[in-house]
Amino acid sequence: MYRFFASELRLVFGRRRNLLLLAVTAVFPLVIGIALRLAAPHPQGGGGGGGGTGAAFFDQLAGNGVFLTFIALSSLLILVLPVVVAVVAGDSVAGEAGYGTLRYLLAVPAGRTRLLAVKFGVIVTFGLCATFIVSAVALVAGAALFPVGPVTLLSGTTVSLPDGLLRLLFVTLYVAAAMAALGAIGLAVSTMTEHAIGAIATVMILVVASEVVDNVPQLAAAGPYLPTHWWLSFDSLLRVPVDTSTLLRGLLSFAAYALLFGSFAWARFTSADVTS
Amino acid sequence: MTTTSTGELTPLTAISTSGLTKRFRGGQLAVDHVDLAVPDGSVYGFLGPNGSGKTTTIRMLLGLAFPTGGSAALLGVGMPDGATQVLHRVGSLVEGPAFYPFLTGLDNLARYDAADRTADPKTARTRIDTALDRVGLLSAAKKRYRHYSLGMKQRLAIASGLLRPRELIILDEPTNGLDPQGTREVRALIRQIAADGTTVFVSSHLLAEVEQICTHVGVMRSGRLVFQGSLPELRRTGAARVTVQTADPEAAVKVLTALGLADVRTSPASDAALAPADAASAPAGAPGSGPAQGFAEASAVLGDAAPERICAELVQAGVGVRGFAVTSPSLEDLFVGLTGEGFDV
Repeated sequence: MYRFFASELRLVFGRRRNLLLLAVTAVFPLVIGIALRLAAPHPQGGGGGGGGTGAAFFDQLAGNGVFLTFIALSSLLILVLPVVVAVVAGDSVAGEAGYGTLRYLLAVPAGRTRLLAVKFGVIVTFGLCATFIVSAVALVAGAALFPVGPVTLLSGTTVSLPDGLLRLLFVTLYVAAAMAALGAIGLAVSTMTEHAIGAIATVMILVVASEVVDNVPQLAAAGPYLPTHWWLSFDSLLRVPVDTSTLLRGLLSFAAYALLFGSFAWARFTSADVTS
Repeated sequence: MTTTSTGELTPLTAISTSGLTKRFRGGQLAVDHVDLAVPDGSVYGFLGPNGSGKTTTIRMLLGLAFPTGGSAALLGVGMPDGATQVLHRVGSLVEGPAFYPFLTGLDNLARYDAADRTADPKTARTRIDTALDRVGLLSAAKKRYRHYSLGMKQRLAIASGLLRPRELIILDEPTNGLDPQGTREVRALIRQIAADGTTVFVSSHLLAEVEQICTHVGVMRSGRLVFQGSLPELRRTGAARVTVQTADPEAAVKVLTALGLADVRTSPASDAALAPADAASAPAGAPGSGPAQGFAEASAVLGDAAPERICAELVQAGVGVRGFAVTSPSLEDLFVGLTGEGFDV
C-alpha cells in the first residue's frame, strides 16, 4: 500500500501542471502582502478594504505580520485553494480513465477500493501541502513586511507569539480539513466521467454555487448544510476562549461531506464497468 | 453454439466461462451465453469481426466489466470477485496500450508495478529491465512514451504484461495498427511467451494473423461463440466437396444423389479451381444461364466416397465430364463461413 501511495504521490507532485498550481498558491500571499504594505505605509493605517471575516484581519495586519497568513488563507479559500484541490481531485480517476490507464491499473490488479483509497490519500496530501504553502509563504512575507510580536486576537486578548503560531498551525489544519472534504466531493465526481476537465469544472461550479447560495439571506436556513459554509470559521480559533462549538460544527460538516461523497465514490467505483 | 463439447472441465483450464452474458444498459446483447474453455498451455486464438463481443468478453474476464449473466474463472478463480487474488498471475493487453505520455517507458512500467501489492519492490528494476529487454525496448526505456512509435507503444504494453512470470497472458488485438514488420515481431514474441509454458489468449479479427501460432481457436459472431476447438478440429468442420463441371448438370446431380452424397447442388460454372483453360470462350457464369446454354457445375460433399468411383459412375451414366475436382475449404473460408461476410452491426 505504501509503495503504491508513494508512487502516486510522486506522480502527482511530479506533474508540471500541479507544480504550477502550487507555485501560484505561493505567489498569491506574497502579492497580497506587498499590496497591503504599499497601501498602508504607516503602521497605524487601516489597511485596504476587504469584507466579511477578512476585514477583521486587515485591521490587525498593520500591527502584526502574522495576520497576513489569515488574510491569505481567507482570500485564497474563495477560489484559488478550491481550484487547486478540484484540479487534482477531479483528475484523479477521470484522468486515468481518459488516458486508459485505469483499465491497466485494475488489471494489475490495484484493487478498486485500494486504488480509490490511494487516490483520496494523494488528494488530501496535495490539499494539505497547498494550504501549508499558503500559510508558510504568508508567514515569511508577513514577517518581512510588517512588525511581528505578541498576537492580539479577534476577541481583543493578546497572546504570545508562540501561542499565536500554534493557533496558526491549527487554522491551517482546519483549512486543510475543509479541502479534504472538497477532495472527497471531487473524487466522487471524478468516478462518474472519463473527462477530467468536466469533473474539475463540475467541482468548481459546486463550490461557486454553494458560496452564492450561502450569501443569499433568504436561503440562510440552508447555509449550515452547504459544503463551503464553515470554511472561514477558522477565525473561531483566534478568540479567547476558542469558539469550540462553531469549530466542531465545521469539522463535523467536513467529516459528513467526506463520508457521504467518499461512500458515493466507493459505491460507484466498485460497481461500475470500466469502459474506457 | 459450441461445436465441441466441453463436457467436463478439467482442472487444467486457464480460462473457463459458463453462460457468460453481457447485456448493456441500452438493451444490446454484447456477449450471449459464451462458454469458453481455454486449455492450460494452449495458444488460443479468440477470433471474430470487430463488434462481435471479443473485447467485452475480455473486459469481463479481467473484472473490468461485470457480467449480467453466467460466470467466468481465470486459473480456476472466479471473476470478478477473485480479481485481486488472481490477476497478478495474469498479464494483459486490453484494447490498445495506455500509458502516461509525459512519463518515460520505464517510469510507466514502474508505476504499474508499484500498484501490484504482491510484486517485490526490491526486484522491480531488474524485472522492468528484463521485460523491456524482451520486447526490445531497453534502449528506449528513458524516452518519454509520447515519443514512442505505434509499434513501440504496443510492445511496451506487452512488456507491462511481462513484468513478472505469468501463467496466463491475455492479449486483445496485439497487432492492431502495426505494420507487417511489427506484426511479425509480435507474433515471434507470442511464440516465445508460449514456449515458456505460459497460456496465451490472443484476440484478433484476422485469422491469418494468428493461424500460424494458435493451437486452439474460438470464433465469435454477434456475441456468440460459434466455434471452439483445436485448429485440426476447425479444419475438419470444412467438409471436402467434389465438383463436376459438365454441360449436363442435371444428369450429374442424379448420379451424385444416387451415390448417396450429401448437399448436392448445381451452380453456373465458376472460374474456380477447375476452370478450363478456354474458360473465356465459354459463356460461363452468365446470369441466368441454364444448362442448355453452356457448362455448369454440380457439387456435393465428398464424405467417405472415393472420388475415383464417383468419376467412373459419372462417365458410366453418360455424363460428359469436362472437369472434376475435390476441394477442401481454406481456414479463411471456414472462418468467413462462421462469422459471415460484411457487417454484422
